Amino acid sequence: MPDENHDEVEREAARLMAEERHREPPPACPARAKIIVEDFSALFDGTPALKHIHLEICPCERLAIIGPAGSGKTTFLRSLNRLNDLHWTFSRTGRILLDGQDIYEPGTDVAALRRRVGMVYAVPVPLPWTVYENLAYGPRLAGVTDRRLLDETVETALRSAFLWDEVKDRLRDQATNLSGGQQQRLCLARVLALQPEVLLLDEPCSGLDPISTARIEEALLELKSRYSIVLVTNNTKQAARASDRTAFFLMGELVECGTTEQIFTNPRHHRTNDYITGHFG
Amino acid sequence: MKIHPHITQRLAVIAMWTLTASTLGVLLFIIAYILGHGLPYVTWSFLTESPKSMGREGGILPMIVGTIWVAGLAVALAAPIGVATAVYLTEYTREGRLTAVIRFGADCLAGIPSIIFGLFGFVFFAIYLGMGLSVISGALTLALMVLPTIIRTSEEAIRAVPHAYREVSYGLGSTRWQMVTQVVLKSAMPGIGTGIVLSIGRSISETAAVMLTAGSALGFPHSVLDSSRTMALHFYILSREGLSMTNAYATASVLILAILVINLAAYWLMRRFIAKVA
Amino acid sequence: MLLMLTALSAISGLALITGFIFKEGLPIIAKVGLGDFIGSSDWYPSEGRFGILPMIAGSLEVTAGAMVIGVLFGLGCAVLLVDFVPPRAVSIIKPSIELLAGIPSVVYGFMGVVILVPFIRDYLGGPGLSVLAASIVLGIMVLPTVTSISVDALQAVPRAYREGSIALGATEWQTTHMVVLKAARSGIVAAVILGMGRAVGETMAVIMVAGNTIAVPHSILAPVRTLTSNIALEMGYASGDHRQALFATGVTLFVIIMILNTVALTVSRRRGRRAQGQ
Repeated sequence: MPDENHDEVEREAARLMAEERHREPPPACPARAKIIVEDFSALFDGTPALKHIHLEICPCERLAIIGPAGSGKTTFLRSLNRLNDLHWTFSRTGRILLDGQDIYEPGTDVAALRRRVGMVYAVPVPLPWTVYENLAYGPRLAGVTDRRLLDETVETALRSAFLWDEVKDRLRDQATNLSGGQQQRLCLARVLALQPEVLLLDEPCSGLDPISTARIEEALLELKSRYSIVLVTNNTKQAARASDRTAFFLMGELVECGTTEQIFTNPRHHRTNDYITGHFG
Repeated sequence: MKIHPHITQRLAVIAMWTLTASTLGVLLFIIAYILGHGLPYVTWSFLTESPKSMGREGGILPMIVGTIWVAGLAVALAAPIGVATAVYLTEYTREGRLTAVIRFGADCLAGIPSIIFGLFGFVFFAIYLGMGLSVISGALTLALMVLPTIIRTSEEAIRAVPHAYREVSYGLGSTRWQMVTQVVLKSAMPGIGTGIVLSIGRSISETAAVMLTAGSALGFPHSVLDSSRTMALHFYILSREGLSMTNAYATASVLILAILVINLAAYWLMRRFIAKVA
Repeated sequence: MLLMLTALSAISGLALITGFIFKEGLPIIAKVGLGDFIGSSDWYPSEGRFGILPMIAGSLEVTAGAMVIGVLFGLGCAVLLVDFVPPRAVSIIKPSIELLAGIPSVVYGFMGVVILVPFIRDYLGGPGLSVLAASIVLGIMVLPTVTSISVDALQAVPRAYREGSIALGATEWQTTHMVVLKAARSGIVAAVILGMGRAVGETMAVIMVAGNTIAVPHSILAPVRTLTSNIALEMGYASGDHRQALFATGVTLFVIIMILNTVALTVSRRRGRRAQGQ
């Protein structure tokens, strides 16, 4: 059965590529876009993982990225902060503009970029240090040495991630002693400590219980007033309840992008509908 | 005649325990024998006096100093170079032909007998570079000898650090250098430390290579260009020439105690490393 | 980049050693003739005759004897440690065996002279200084290497193999010798070969207990001189052609060890790949 599905999906993708010229461009942002992805393609060792993506990410919104495994969601996310550069075989064409500046332009300060566009991973990875040290690491890398400033930054970040009350007496504890949900919020706080402008989250709730998941979604709702948030998720229900716009990726292509309400109630492409209703993926 | 498998198992386990117990027994016997015969003679004056009458009487202070000089210098030279090489191989190059060749070379050199290092050291450092039989010749030779081990253990320790830590560090805006020093090396340090400590142990025990390069002078080494006799070599000479059995045992006791301390330190470091990274 | 220079200098330092030894040793082999060098039993440096056959035979016999003991005891300990004792016992036994590896070779040689040689002389015959004495001492010295690499190989066998066997009704011992040992075969072979390399390369302990007579040993109670002893004993006073010949002995040693190392690496890599189904 999986084989049949795979063939079918392949044929669909070929048909979609042929339709490319007839597809409407994704809706633009009401105000100036935070990130503009312009005809962006990503390749690993020559094999395309993303094909000609056009997308805009607006300020102060939560954009969910959904799609089956292997559709390029994570690759897309990692392209936004140039984490794909860590792979020797990565190459790309096209541009990604952050506030109008191409992040792939030669001479870009990549470390600074990653401080502006922060990332939370699927599996919480607390560094083997104390809670405080985990949070202070980013600011210290950026050159902050003043102790009082660091203390303030740590507290603010923990509050924004809804973790302060639980760990305020445990700042000197090993971060690995926290529960899974707490660790993930720690990772979120760690990124927030850098006061980024964009937050990228790669399936952040995949290993968490419902309560921890709810806490993180609560945090994202609060944070969207200050940041652009891009959330990759395998869980369509999460996308439906925790995002403002949704983009559907399939086989490295952006199939459809629109408001969450529109995507989930009235998708334009039947493949989107098939995915959302669970016919594949 | 078919024997019931449970009986074969019993016999096998008994056999293995016998082997293991005798191995441990040998270890304990050696330590007890040497310390038993030698500890009573390890007095403060033994440790702080110079040998008299070719070592028949007196102490081993110059040997202790010589050993510390030779082994200490050797590790002080080999450790930074070895760790740096390991860092370079793991973090700054991609896996390929070159790194495989380098690793094979280091592995092979780790297996080269110490006498060959002694030969090389003698001809190259002592004669060709004109350093003569001296502390520095011995230290340089030993440094080359322990270098492959340090490279290998450091590399393993660095590789054991989870890849995710590196990604997290980059994601928070670090440069490669910051990531390597503040995340990777910090976590790998106990493992690297184990390798270094064990190299110290090896340097102290080494005899063949120092015999040919550091010489066997009885006097106090006042500079690195002086020849000096290490404790292990002194023990060998004392016992071979039959000069003083009590002093021989005492020297060996000091050696064994040093090795015990070093191995304990390495073991403790290894436990810390596993706790940090696992 | 500074790191790259450090790494390159480390590697080139090690390559230098290889080059040097060969440079010093090859000319004399050419002069004497390869066949005569390794085939003749006449080692008379003062007359310019350099045949190292007795030493090659000596090294081979002593190593073979050492491996019998080293593999028997080493593998026995390894199997016991991996599958037949609780973790608490492992944390005591394993470091103890590693401690055995830290004891200086001169101490082993000394214990051999004091305990083992008289025993052999009194109860088994011969001068005591013999192939047998050297084999036993070397076997104990090589044991920790065999054990630790074998333990790694045995632990690498997937748990599923063991569980599958037990589920079919086998006892632990049956599982071990029918399943686990077969699966770990390549790693164990590598352990044995590396142990051989260490045995071939050992110098000081062998000098003290082997007797050092230049003659092909005709029984295990006969005295023997190995390649390593040859170098260590005569280097102190050799000059000219004699010294070159000792380097040539070193070259022979080097070649033997390189062969052993390469075989060990290929065996473990090839079997590893086969296990992965390539």
